[in-house]
Amino acid sequence: MRLDHAIIDRWIKPGARVLDLGCGDGTLLQQLALSKKIRGYGLEIDSANIQRCAEKGLNVIEHNIDEGLHNFEDKSFDTVIMSQTLQTMYYPDKILAEMLRVGRECVVTFPNFGHYKARLQLLFKGRMPVSEFLPYEWYNTPNIHFCTLNDFEVMCQQLNMTVLDRLVVTRNEKLPLSKLLPNLLGETGIYRVTRP
Amino acid sequence: MPFPADSVGLVVPQLITFNEPLTLTCGRSLDRFELMVETYGTLNANASNAVLICHALSGHHHAAGFHAAEDAKPGWWDAYIGPGKPIDTTKFFVVSLNNIGGCHGSTGPASINAATGEPWGADFPPLRVRDWVQVQARLADRFGIHQWAAVVGGSLGGMQAMRWSLQMPERVRHCVVVASAMKLSAQNIAFNETARQAILSDPDFCDGFYLKHNKIPAKGLSVARMIGHITYLSDDGMGQKFGRELRSGSFQHGIDEPVEFQIESYLRYQGTSFSKIFDANTYILMTKALDYFDLAREYKDDAAEAFKQAQADFLVISFTSDWRFAPARSREIVNALLKADKNVTYGEIDSPYGHDAFLVAKQPRYEQLFKAYMQRISV
Repeated sequence: MRLDHAIIDRWIKPGARVLDLGCGDGTLLQQLALSKKIRGYGLEIDSANIQRCAEKGLNVIEHNIDEGLHNFEDKSFDTVIMSQTLQTMYYPDKILAEMLRVGRECVVTFPNFGHYKARLQLLFKGRMPVSEFLPYEWYNTPNIHFCTLNDFEVMCQQLNMTVLDRLVVTRNEKLPLSKLLPNLLGETGIYRVTRP
Repeated sequence: MPFPADSVGLVVPQLITFNEPLTLTCGRSLDRFELMVETYGTLNANASNAVLICHALSGHHHAAGFHAAEDAKPGWWDAYIGPGKPIDTTKFFVVSLNNIGGCHGSTGPASINAATGEPWGADFPPLRVRDWVQVQARLADRFGIHQWAAVVGGSLGGMQAMRWSLQMPERVRHCVVVASAMKLSAQNIAFNETARQAILSDPDFCDGFYLKHNKIPAKGLSVARMIGHITYLSDDGMGQKFGRELRSGSFQHGIDEPVEFQIESYLRYQGTSFSKIFDANTYILMTKALDYFDLAREYKDDAAEAFKQAQADFLVISFTSDWRFAPARSREIVNALLKADKNVTYGEIDSPYGHDAFLVAKQPRYEQLFKAYMQRISV
C-alpha cells in the first residue's frame, strides 16, 4: 500500500461518507471500502480512469472539478479527499474552499516543490524539476500550480483553515529528519484540515 | 446465412395475453391486454438474472437478433445485447416487450376495442410511464421474476427504468438510465407538440379514427417523424453525414431541375418509411407520455426525495452532442441520486451522434462502461 494512502486510511472513520476528488483508477477508494467500509464516491475526468473505477465496482462520476462542487450539499460528506490533484487545479484556493464547504474534514496530499531535489535541479541545472514522481516537462505538465509545504501553510492561514494533522512522506518510507526539515526532505505533504 | 457469433441469432416473438383488468393512471381500465415479447438467454433457477429492456418512443420488442435469416438488420439494440455484449445473454435472461399503446403487436390504438368491434383509434386511453411499469411488473410475474437484476432503457426507456426504481423499489437491483431526463424541457415539449400538430393537421387523420375510414395520415406522421429525427441528430453529426451535398440537380440549373440536398432526401425517406410502419395515434400517445413524465412532481419537485424511495444502484450515461436529452439533464439525475445517498456511476460519452447515440453501435467507451457495469451485477 502506498504510504500516503496508508496515512489517509488511518484518518478515515469506519463507515464514513467519503468523496475522492480526482480519484484516478480508484485504488484509494477501493482500499477504504475494504478497510473502513466507507460509502465512497469518486469524481474523475479521465475516461480511462473512470473505466477502471467502474470495473472495480466503485461509484465514479464523470465531473470536472475545476467547475467546482456546486452539485454537492454543505457538509454532506464526512471526509473529502484530494490526493495528488491540487496542483492540477486552475484555482487551488477555490476548490479547497469548496472541499471545506462540502466535507466536515478534508484530506489533501500534494507534491512538495520545496523538496531538496527540486531545489537542486533548479539551482544547479537551471531547469524546471523533473522527477520520477513528476515526470513531465514544463510545457506538457498537467501540474500547473506547484507549491511548497510552507506555501500551503500560508494558504491554510489565509483561508482560515484549521490544520488537524500534517505529515510528510518520502517515497515509501518516513525519514526521521523530515520531521525536522519537512519542507526540505518531504516529497509529499499530507494534510488533514477543517474549517469551523 | 449464419448469424454473427455475438448475435442472439434467430428470435421468435411471443404474444402474451393478460385477462386481469388493468386500471390506468387516467382512471380508465383495460379489461384485457396483449403484449408482444421477445426474450434472449435463459432464466436461471432462482430467477435472479432477468434484465428488462424498456423501449423509447418508436421502439418495440425486437431489440436483438433476427426474425429471419434474410433480415437485413437485427433488432434495434443488437449492438448492446448478445453473447459477450454489454447485456451479455450468456449471463442474463433478457426480456424485451412492446409497451401497451404501441403498434408492434401489443394492445394499442390500432387494436380492436372489444366493446365496439372496431379499432380503438383516438378512444384508446392516454397512458403514463407508470402504467407501463405496472404492465411490465405483470409480465415479470408471468415469467416468475420477483426482482429484476436490472431495468435498462434509453430516452423514454430510461424514464421507465427510473420510475421502476420508485414505483416498485424492491423489484429492481440495478437501474441503467441512458440519454434520459427526469422531465422534459419546454423546448422538448414544443418539438413534441409540433410533431403532433403535423399529424392532427393531416386531413386523413379523421380525428384519430382513420383506420375506421380506411385511411392513414401518412403525410402528417411523416412530417412528425422528420421533426423528431432532426432533434435526434446533432448539427455536427448531420453536417458530417450529409453536408450540403446535392442528391439531384445542380446549383447552376436550380430553376429548371429541382435541387435536392442529401438531407432533404434522407429526411423524406425516413418520414415516409416510418409512416408506413408506425401508428399515428401511438405517436401521439407516446409523445404525451413523454411530456407528462415528471419524476419528482409528487415529491414536492424534490428529485432527491423521490430517489430516496429507490433501493437500486444506478448507472447513468449521457452523450456530449445530445441536445434533446442533454448531459445536463443526466447530471441532474446523478446529483439527485448523490443527495439521496444512492450508489451511482456516471459517464459522459464523447459522441457526434446526438440523442440517437444511445442506439449507435461501435462506440467503444459507451460499450466498455456499459459492459463493466453489467459485469458487476451478481446474479
